[in-house]
Amino acid sequence: MMMIDTAFPVSDPRATEARPDPAEDPWVALRQHTFARIALGRAGGSQRTASVLAFRLAHARARDAVHARLDLEALAARFSAHGLQTERIATAVSDRPAFLMRPDLGRQIAAASRETLKARARKWGRRDLVILVSDGHSANAALRHAAETVARLVEILDAAGWTRYPVLLVPFGRVKLQDEVGALLKARHALMLLGERPGLSAPDSLGAYFTWRPGPARTDADRNCVSNIRPEGTSPAAAAQKLAELLLESARLGLSGVNLKDEQGAHNRVASASVCQKKIQAKTSP
Amino acid sequence: MSCSAPWSLSVGPRRYAFSSLRELMARATPLRSGDALAGLAAESAEERVAAQQCLADVPLARFLEEPLIPYETDAVTRLIIDTHDNAAFAPVADLTVGAFRDWLLRYETDHVALTAIAPGLTPEMTAAVAKLMGNQDLILVASKCRVATAFRDTIGLPGRLSVRLQPNHPADDVKGIAASILDGLLYGCGDAVIGINPATDSVPAMETLLCLIDELIHRYEIPTQSCVLAHVTTALKVIARGAPVDLVFQSIAGTEAANASFGVTLPILAEARDAARSLKRGTVGENVMYFETGQGSALSANAHHGVDMQTCEARAYAVARQFAPLLVNTVVGFIGPEYLYDGKQILRAGLEDHCCAKLLGLPMGCDVCYTNHAEADQDDMDNLLTLLGVAGCTYIMGVPGADDIALGYQSTSFHDSHYLRQVLGLKPAPEFEAWLEKMRIVEKGRRLFPASPTHALLAA
Repeated sequence: MMMIDTAFPVSDPRATEARPDPAEDPWVALRQHTFARIALGRAGGSQRTASVLAFRLAHARARDAVHARLDLEALAARFSAHGLQTERIATAVSDRPAFLMRPDLGRQIAAASRETLKARARKWGRRDLVILVSDGHSANAALRHAAETVARLVEILDAAGWTRYPVLLVPFGRVKLQDEVGALLKARHALMLLGERPGLSAPDSLGAYFTWRPGPARTDADRNCVSNIRPEGTSPAAAAQKLAELLLESARLGLSGVNLKDEQGAHNRVASASVCQKKIQAKTSP
Repeated sequence: MSCSAPWSLSVGPRRYAFSSLRELMARATPLRSGDALAGLAAESAEERVAAQQCLADVPLARFLEEPLIPYETDAVTRLIIDTHDNAAFAPVADLTVGAFRDWLLRYETDHVALTAIAPGLTPEMTAAVAKLMGNQDLILVASKCRVATAFRDTIGLPGRLSVRLQPNHPADDVKGIAASILDGLLYGCGDAVIGINPATDSVPAMETLLCLIDELIHRYEIPTQSCVLAHVTTALKVIARGAPVDLVFQSIAGTEAANASFGVTLPILAEARDAARSLKRGTVGENVMYFETGQGSALSANAHHGVDMQTCEARAYAVARQFAPLLVNTVVGFIGPEYLYDGKQILRAGLEDHCCAKLLGLPMGCDVCYTNHAEADQDDMDNLLTLLGVAGCTYIMGVPGADDIALGYQSTSFHDSHYLRQVLGLKPAPEFEAWLEKMRIVEKGRRLFPASPTHALLAA
């Protein structure tokens, strides 16, 4: 068995360094304008073996990303390497199929974790920010990018005098989980980082969503998000910077969501969460 | 065994009772994760079949008397009831849902009969009969329907399969989009529409992209139409500013509340249709609307009123047919596994949507697609694509290499359309076919010419 370095595509037709291939179409030079799978060439009217296998590899990686187990030990170690304390909690989801089919359960804290958190909350007292980290749809996104993003973010917020709870690590979480956790702790802000739906070209993309005064009545319109956090998209450092700016502004104005969104207009990767959702669901609910 | 209101049925020692027609419809629906998520699905396989047996005995006319969502509270229900054509309904007015299935399958029920009854059918009637149909019934009945529409070419004629060229780019990069359009045209695709999902829903972005396609269509005299799939209100603004709008797009759903969550009402859609028609840009017809739908959209907007996903979806077709669209397609696998879990559920939903829409007289296509968190892969898409081809699906999507780099999901490729045309002997729309021959892209509607580096389209 040959191991393949999963960080680099082996025969992705979009790789810029791909060798000229006479079986591709003569307009292959148009690939300089897009990473869409154009000029693939054909066998009869069908796709050639090379492009079929390249596609299958990309899909296989996305599938592996969806089904990968979150290694909580490794994740906690990455946070402690940055000097960040973590606590583990659980949602009402027991396994991956339940996570995929029951989004309602991924928004609820498991009963045992609720009791634990209540007990801890008395000890911790009220603080400004609770940060949750979940695998969501991509464990690798959480493992690779969450600790670095959070470490850079809290550096800025600590300097601004924010108080915060230990980082809560929670497998199988959905965005709205931040409302129950935040309300239970009486945190002023709740921030959740979780793996996004993997695309063929981005299996490890992290999303970050926050809300001011988390609680059951919060909807996506009350949240702000920074999406596509990964080195090839919005880098963890850039994402942390943007999140810090948004959180500071949110605290100053006493609101979050559509009314806070991106007044500079320069960062199209930053938007209210409802806009992020819309992008995701662009085909069925614009 | 017989079933009567309030619906109940004994199967062996067990008695199954259903409190309303709405509940009966939901329990009779073949299993899908969204109905389970909503708490509407049958609790056992036996209950599901008991509900189907009960549903088979329900008179079709009952759906006119007992709307699943009250007339007073929902504009889509009012549209369905107020536009119902009793004279067209007459040939099947005395049938039960079960007898209607048998009627649809008769040799004598041909496309003339089906076209005649379409205005007499409500979405709920088609949804009900679909719940009793196996996949082969959904294919056979749909294949008997004929629906043709036209703008710059004629879509939906027998023996034809059209393709929407979908050249999306995550940053709306004009050169990137143009590259994908050329790729698609050189693969003989784009006769349904060249339709872009813009990354940014704004007036300037929409105008830029419309001008790009308009210039291509004019320069090469391509008998097709353009669409930028921005919100209908954005389209109205750019029409007012004089932009070259061929088709107006909108996502629609089957309840007033779900449409409200999309930011649309029936009067806004009527205004958009009238505005697009006033431009008189069509050459062989004036169907100017393009709609997308998908099971689960009402549920995801928490606007389903306890009605199952498939029935909500069919109700969206009542909205569509009010505006005589050129194109309608379900985006069947896009919504994710919490609504349609795997390849089996996606396949079934695709066939249901296609059949119900065709029975209601719509030019129905399908975005045969899936996301990476669904239990599905290319083989599942090959299956649905093939079955829809046999069912006479009006059009499919054409995405470079099946990989939509902007929306992050997998649809069908340009190559897929050639597969389907080969195995089923299907050709593009006639006007577009003639253009492909003239441009030396395709010969005899089927085979691609060898690619040439000096092709006229590449001179751009």
